[in-house]
Amino acid sequence: MYTQALDTHGKEPVPAAAGESGGLAARFQARIDAEEKIEPKDWMPEAYRHTLIRQISQHAHSEIVGMLPEGNWITRAPTLRRKAVLIAKVQDEGGHGMYLYSAAETLGIAREEMLAQLLSGAARYSSIFNYPTLTWADVGAIGWLVDGAAIMNQIPICRCSYGPYARAMVRICKEESFHQRQGFEIMLTLAQGSPAQRAMAQDALNRWWWPSLMMFGPSDADSKHTAQSMRWKIKRFSNDELRQKFIDITVPQAHFLGLTIPDDALCWDEAAQHYRAGPIDWSEFQAVLKGDGPCNHERIEARRAAHEAGRWVREAAAAHAARERARATRAA
Amino acid sequence: MSAAFPGGNDRAQHEAQLRYVLRLADTALVLGQRLSAWIGHAPALEEDLGLANLALDLIGQARLLLAYAGELEGRGRDEDALAFLRDAPEFANLTLAEQPNGDFGHTLVRQWLIDTWQLEIYQGLTTSRDTRLAAIAAKALKETRYHHRFSSGWLARLGDGTEESHARVQGALDELWRFTAELFTPDEIDERMHAAGIAPALPELALGWSARVDQDLAVATLRRPATQPYPWHGKRGVHSEHLGHLLGEMQHLQRTYPGAQW
Amino acid sequence: MSDDWPLFEVFIRSRAGLEHKHVGSVHAADARMAIEHARDVYTRRQEGVSIWVVRSADISASDPEEAEALFEPARDKVYRHPTFYVIPEEVKNL
Repeated sequence: MYTQALDTHGKEPVPAAAGESGGLAARFQARIDAEEKIEPKDWMPEAYRHTLIRQISQHAHSEIVGMLPEGNWITRAPTLRRKAVLIAKVQDEGGHGMYLYSAAETLGIAREEMLAQLLSGAARYSSIFNYPTLTWADVGAIGWLVDGAAIMNQIPICRCSYGPYARAMVRICKEESFHQRQGFEIMLTLAQGSPAQRAMAQDALNRWWWPSLMMFGPSDADSKHTAQSMRWKIKRFSNDELRQKFIDITVPQAHFLGLTIPDDALCWDEAAQHYRAGPIDWSEFQAVLKGDGPCNHERIEARRAAHEAGRWVREAAAAHAARERARATRAA
Repeated sequence: MSAAFPGGNDRAQHEAQLRYVLRLADTALVLGQRLSAWIGHAPALEEDLGLANLALDLIGQARLLLAYAGELEGRGRDEDALAFLRDAPEFANLTLAEQPNGDFGHTLVRQWLIDTWQLEIYQGLTTSRDTRLAAIAAKALKETRYHHRFSSGWLARLGDGTEESHARVQGALDELWRFTAELFTPDEIDERMHAAGIAPALPELALGWSARVDQDLAVATLRRPATQPYPWHGKRGVHSEHLGHLLGEMQHLQRTYPGAQW
Repeated sequence: MSDDWPLFEVFIRSRAGLEHKHVGSVHAADARMAIEHARDVYTRRQEGVSIWVVRSADISASDPEEAEALFEPARDKVYRHPTFYVIPEEVKNL
């Protein structure tokens, strides 16, 4: 799932031979403009490398942390089929994290280092996962809205200039389509169920709608670094463009469910043929990004606890492997 | 009025067959439920996926077996009615399956013990006169072979890893061994099933199991604990205190919203 | 004590008759584990009949800086391609 907070990409390093680097940078940009893919060992500006490492690793962290809110309901899924589907979805998310860590590692950063950045709080992940899953309907809402928003963010990245990232995204997008469908199916079943279930679905929509809109990141006017990422074909559409597309697609789906979008100002603009949403409370977004959301602490604690509790296991596996290699060498 | 039962069996035979299938089903279900709690909390991301895979296989086995049990029962209960609306005394899983996860070593020892058991049972069932059961067993056997590769591999890494890992898994093995008494001790249901050509004889399977266990333990440099006498009765619906809590969590939504569709 | 698991590159043959294709990487303590991890990460949707894993450190790769010298010379040897040769239409089986 895409992270919305792209940090500053920094400046390009001042090279020793200014002329040569200028030539390299120009050739690099020409390759990008020609829609060529950049591969791991190709020359690239340091800023391009750093921007990608940050974006890909944050994307990976989002997938991993994203396993937790839905994982919270696996043991309580209300039917065996729902349980199996939810396990498969969360498993996919773990897999997506792995594809992305893999892609980031091709840029010269180790997974250990990325994990350390996540656990220390130095790295960010998508703010949406800092909200709690309070009812079974939340599982449906996440699949429908959060995966829906993620898909919208992710499809353009399939054409990103960096080969390993683009290829990882193609794999992810193929797997993602069932995620959104299972979420919508849950919402549909609830919306067509008992009054208590309908209320459960509406309550989940009320709590997940605005955070989902915030997944697309700050408004274009407030997003300083979009321009360079667009030039390098890392980012292909602006935040507002994607957010608008999401709203236009999702509002009719909510109508089909018979649920109400929690936005009194929402209306249809006949001239522009778009839905116009009310104002987003960016202060909530900033607070959650800073670490003051409902579950920031719990999410990181869960990852830290798992990492610590698993240390003796990882050490044992490494020790065993070393011993086996020594045995093999002696036997040879 | 006496109804005819499938295969022309008498009532006692039919009840025994239903009970037998539920033992397999509930063991897979309870173990799958236990494993699914690890997802997102495993020692490495790769193990989150590995454990999820095991859980999915086991829940899949449970669904096939429960659906069959529901048909045998003939009271219109489907896989979900059986999973979510029975109380603990009606569950027929091995007591071993419901034991808590503990640490990763504890979970892996529990897994390996049940994998080695399922290998024998499913292999034996592939030639069952109950063709439905034979088909389910054949599919499950492929999954179980992979599960055993996974669990015995980890047993070796942890048993023959560091001093700490060795101590932890030996401790887990010492603690869980008492539940193995139930694995191959036949009762009248097992005997009826064997006599009907539906299930393999447990004492023979026990030999195969014991040999494989010794082999895996040797590679893992672990010591086989002494046999402990207490005969656990999960198969007969007399469980440890853990099952009630597991079911409370698992069945919560269906119990809170009776009759709802999900 | 190290709890680091080295990186392995993963190659999957998705169907009999096709070659192994590079699909990504996994971390594992040893090759046996790497195969299990590759299986769980890359073949969940029946995309595999065979898995190769190689320690990333063991992969030798051509240097992109040398791409010109390695690959350009083949470009102008068009006589390696069948379309370079003009054969009259009436001649069959060529």
